[in-house]
Amino acid sequence: MAQSEQEILAGLAEIVNEETGLDPETVQSDKAFTDDLDIDSLSMMTIVVNAEEKFGVRIPDDEVKNLRTVGDAVSFIQSNQS
Amino acid sequence: MLLEGKKLLITGVLMDSSIAFHVAKLAQEQGAEVVLTSFGRTMKITSTIAKRLPTTPPVVELDVTDTEHLDTLATRLGEHVDHLDGVLHSIGFAPQGAFNFLEGTFEDVSTAMHASAYSLKSLAVAALPLMTPGSAVVGLTFDAKFAWPVYDWMGVAKAAFESTNRYLARDLGPKGVRCNLVAAGPIRTTAAKSIPGFQTFEDSWDERAPLGWDVNDAVPAAKACAALLSDWFPATTGEIVHVDGGVHAMGI
Repeated sequence: MAQSEQEILAGLAEIVNEETGLDPETVQSDKAFTDDLDIDSLSMMTIVVNAEEKFGVRIPDDEVKNLRTVGDAVSFIQSNQS
Repeated sequence: MLLEGKKLLITGVLMDSSIAFHVAKLAQEQGAEVVLTSFGRTMKITSTIAKRLPTTPPVVELDVTDTEHLDTLATRLGEHVDHLDGVLHSIGFAPQGAFNFLEGTFEDVSTAMHASAYSLKSLAVAALPLMTPGSAVVGLTFDAKFAWPVYDWMGVAKAAFESTNRYLARDLGPKGVRCNLVAAGPIRTTAAKSIPGFQTFEDSWDERAPLGWDVNDAVPAAKACAALLSDWFPATTGEIVHVDGGVHAMGI
C-alpha cells in the first residue's frame, strides 16, 4: 500500500542516517543530496538500494541522476509504489 | 543441471545490473552454491543486492589489491565452503585519468593494471588452496586487440589481463585448473557507466553485430561464464570466448 509523503520522508531520513550518520532531522525535502547533505556517489548508491528494499520500488540507474533533492526522491518513491 | 553441486566464488557483484550478479543468479539456478566477495564501502551494497538472488549467499571481504585480504582468503572462505570448483573474476578499476591516453600518468596506469590485470593472478593464487582438479577460473574482458574510443589505459590493462590469462593457463593447467575469459560486448553496468563517453560504444555496437546487441542484457555473457565454469569445456584453457553479437569477426 502506498505510504504518505511524511512516512516516506521519515523512512528515507532513517536510511540516510544509517549510511552517513546525518541527523534525520536535517534530511528535509528541500535538501539536495550532493550540495546540501554532502552525499557522494557511493553513498547515494547505498541509499538507493536500501530505499528500493524498504519501499518496494525500483529506482533505475538512469533515474537516480534526476533525484537531486530529498523531495525528488520522496515524490519518485510515492508515485512508483504500488 | 549445468552446475549441480559446484561451489563457486563470484567477485564483482555490486548492483543487480552487474554481469557477476547474473552469473551468480544463473549459477544458483543451475544448482551451484555461491559465495560473493566485496570490499570496503561497497560491502553494504553487495550484501543488500545479494538478497535479490534466489538464495542469499555469504559475502566475504576481498580487495584484490590488499595482500592481507588475499593471504587470508582461503581460510575465510573455508568457513563457507570446503573447496571451490570455480572462481569468477569480474573486477576492474581505473582512475578517471587513465581514460585519457596521452595525459594519463603512470600512477593512474599502475593502479589500473594492479586492480584490473594483476588481480587475475592474485585472485587465482589466493583461491588455489581450495581449488580441485577440474575447476575453472573465468574472467571478463573487453576485446583488447583493438584501440577503442575512450577506453584508453583500461584497454591496455585488458591486454595485460588477457596475457595474464594465458600465463595462468600455462601454470595452473598442470594442477587441472582451467583459465578462460569471456570478451563481452558493451553492457550498461555501473562499471561501464563510470567510463566517460561509454555511449560511444553503445551507439555503434548493435549496428555492427550480425546478431545484434542489447546493452541492457547481461544474460548472454553470464551464460558463457556459467558454461566455462561447468564441466562442458574440459579441454579448453587460455581461451577467450567472444560474446559480442559477432562484432569481433567483422571488418566493418
